Amino acid sequence: MNRKTITCKINGVQKEFSVDPDTRLQTVLRDHGYASVKFGCGEGACGACTIIMNGEAVYSCILYAFQADGQEIWTTEGVGSLDKPHPFQQALVEEGAVQCGFCIPGMIMSAKALLDREPEPSEEEIRLSMDGNICRCTGYEKIWTALHKVIAQGKGH
Amino acid sequence: MMKKEAFSVVNHSVLKIDGLQLALGRKSYVADLKPSDALHVKMLWSPHAHAEITSIDISKAETMPGVCCVLCHTNTPRNIHCTAGQGFPEPSPYDTFMFDKKVRYVGDRVAAVAAETPEQAEEALKVIEVTYKLLEPVFTVDRALEPDAPIIHDEPEACIPIPVPYEPEHNIVAKVGMESGEFDQALAEADYSFDYTYETPYAQHCPIETYISMAHIDARGRVVIETSTQVPFHARRIVARTLGIPVRQIRVIKPRIGGGFGSKQEMLLEDVVALMALRTGRHVFWQLTRAENFRTGRTRHPIRLRIRTGVQKDGTITALGMDAINNTGAYGGHGLTVVSCCGSKVLPLYRCDNIHFDARVVYTNLPVGGAYRGFGATQAFFAVETQIDEMAEAIGMDPLVFRQKNHIRSGDGSPVFQALGEGKEGTPMTIGSCALDQCIIQGAAAIGWERRTPHTEKTGRYRTGIGMCCLMQGSSVPEIDMGAAAIKMNDDGSFNLTIGATDLGTGSDTVLGQIAAEALHTTIEQMIVYSSDTDLTPFDVGAYASSTTYLSGEAVRKAAVKVLNQILGVAAEMLEVPVESLEARDSTAFSADGRQVTYSEICLYALYQKNQFQIMDSASHITHKSPPPFAAHFVELELDTFTGRIKLIQYVATVDCGTAINPKLAEGQTEGGVMNGLSYALTEQYLFDSGGKMTNASFHNYHIWSMRDKPILKTILVPSYEETGPFGAKSVSEICINGAAPAINNALFNAAGIRLREFPFTPERVWNALQEKKK
Repeated sequence: MNRKTITCKINGVQKEFSVDPDTRLQTVLRDHGYASVKFGCGEGACGACTIIMNGEAVYSCILYAFQADGQEIWTTEGVGSLDKPHPFQQALVEEGAVQCGFCIPGMIMSAKALLDREPEPSEEEIRLSMDGNICRCTGYEKIWTALHKVIAQGKGH
Repeated sequence: MMKKEAFSVVNHSVLKIDGLQLALGRKSYVADLKPSDALHVKMLWSPHAHAEITSIDISKAETMPGVCCVLCHTNTPRNIHCTAGQGFPEPSPYDTFMFDKKVRYVGDRVAAVAAETPEQAEEALKVIEVTYKLLEPVFTVDRALEPDAPIIHDEPEACIPIPVPYEPEHNIVAKVGMESGEFDQALAEADYSFDYTYETPYAQHCPIETYISMAHIDARGRVVIETSTQVPFHARRIVARTLGIPVRQIRVIKPRIGGGFGSKQEMLLEDVVALMALRTGRHVFWQLTRAENFRTGRTRHPIRLRIRTGVQKDGTITALGMDAINNTGAYGGHGLTVVSCCGSKVLPLYRCDNIHFDARVVYTNLPVGGAYRGFGATQAFFAVETQIDEMAEAIGMDPLVFRQKNHIRSGDGSPVFQALGEGKEGTPMTIGSCALDQCIIQGAAAIGWERRTPHTEKTGRYRTGIGMCCLMQGSSVPEIDMGAAAIKMNDDGSFNLTIGATDLGTGSDTVLGQIAAEALHTTIEQMIVYSSDTDLTPFDVGAYASSTTYLSGEAVRKAAVKVLNQILGVAAEMLEVPVESLEARDSTAFSADGRQVTYSEICLYALYQKNQFQIMDSASHITHKSPPPFAAHFVELELDTFTGRIKLIQYVATVDCGTAINPKLAEGQTEGGVMNGLSYALTEQYLFDSGGKMTNASFHNYHIWSMRDKPILKTILVPSYEETGPFGAKSVSEICINGAAPAINNALFNAAGIRLREFPFTPERVWNALQEKKK
């Protein structure tokens, strides 16, 4: 197959990858150490692999890597750190919203895309924006509470 | 019976100790540990529900590009075993081989390939030549029990390692039952008697992380398995048996787990990656796809429950009978214990002198049942709590009052506790803590039970209904399950707590750390908690049976008390006072005369200065009872009588889990369990084609609820104090999944006078029930 070299900016750093035409973006990201991009279904149905590409929350498992050529990507690794977590990450921990934690990075990216776009979203906007991220542990209550806490603090972005 | 203790760490919502690392997406799970040169496994799954493999040729596959190892029944050990992660000897049949000459469900193993890339492994699967002799598949428990039914397990090695009935020649995995009082007579003489049969569906746990395991060979030649498991020690034992190698050759490490809910109380991938690592010397990595996870992974057993009950006009329950047939699918792991819990975790909830329980577990050529949060109680509570409502209705009593009148209380026993154990007789038990009365009162107030009007007064297209149910579960398996803990002190006054108990996302590392910190009079920040690693941590049966807080927690508390005694002993030497005169608080030992030494000073003295030794100790714990948590769940819904569609308005879950060691985490367990239960009650189902293949093995077609579906959910923790638990704690994790199906069914009756005997309550099924009622 014809490999293609793509360049994209990930978490603010310019990167270059050689990819096959059918390589999924998720695979490239995971293979290069972006462990926050989780595999939960591989078919765009669970949201564990959610990243932000050009400001939009997208499923990296159903994007081909070449579709990221020239794009700007953010993963959870770029959002916060042990020393300086993102306010939503901090709120998730404080509210006890992280159980197994496997869905959480995807949740963070969906929420961040929403809050970057609309710092004070309506309930309906929140429900629709978070609809693509499945969690089996929490029942969403504490994730919901954490999100509202961040919005109320005006720290959404 | 709330004991007022001044807790400083437990009963506080300290932050979950792994919360931040997971929220940051730091490398924590099995997939994150995979080196870039690991081999990838792909499995050829049986396309047939029941067939004999008459020939298999893997020679072409072995020569395909990138292929390093191919396994099938011709080149692997034939050691019969049970994949269920249970105690030893298992209360489940040995009916499984690593690979067999026969396949028993669509999704059974045929052959496995390890290759440099997943694509190469997939390509190699395509050139494995298999010929099958098709056998008649058995898709219902009725067919399985017919005298001329095909025998699903005709292998001569099949056996059960404990003395209970096992009749594979009749497709019977197990039989269990009990009688107390004069059930038949009581049923016949009751003012009102009821006899209905209920069916509960297949469902799956659906952790967002699918089954995943990786193995490699360490420098000494031992096989190291990093795996997403709830049962690392059982997994080690079962892999050793399956491969025929000593336990000492195997190390099982459980990193962070992406959810389990019972599905990972099973050894499903570990044997394959271990054997491939042994044969290739390479890292071998295997993660199931979501479709594979649905088709080959474990499920909730579908169970048929015939419930017969008798009630007097005054509201006395005189007869309570349950006949259960448990479809365990192609393999029998957990079949007996799940159906035993249909009886043991449900029948004691209401006082009744005449009890009957009879259960059979039956093989079919369908997906394999396993442990799933709720473990039989979920299925049985749907049936029993529906019928309890019906009994109240028949005698004209408010179903809430009827439950208040009859439910078990502190000081009560039940013949069921003694009769039904897990693979053997049970353990007699008197209920200690029970705040079910408060659960009912507080839940009723929160939902607005007083607004509830009879369905006969309701008209129009959209009708609201309010329903409730009561629940209990257990806390660990008494006299069987054991947990152990070790605590070692460090020179800054911190402690390593190592436990075999397996945090699968529940927060048990945090909860156990809190228990240790409380007992040691220190803070959670001083606890370095590590679980679970068969080389480094003490034994624990693992995360199941609602046991970790209650069972492992008490092991931790006991170990902490022993370590505290060592700490005070050193302090006594340092301060030259009797040890009895010392008091520990805030990581410091205080003498009666006002002098003090800090934990750090104590440890530095013990390590470096005089009479040196390592302050450390361990403790083990088994339980002699399984104190039930109790719950009352309430739901308000709106039914569209034109379409059968149910809209949830609000849900209230109350729970008495004793002392909530970490209230926020206990709420989280409840909220997650309720949501899972709602999804199970309303939308989740396995659909099969005529060949027994699941046709909706995808989150696109098997609907897990998202935040958009979330109703208003209120969780109320109702405190009690369980004397036998660590700082008064009981379990909380399983009970909460049991309520949604019966509460919704009872609310449907309150809305429109219909009672369903099976679910999920899809619009079609509800609409049909509405049409049936019109007739």
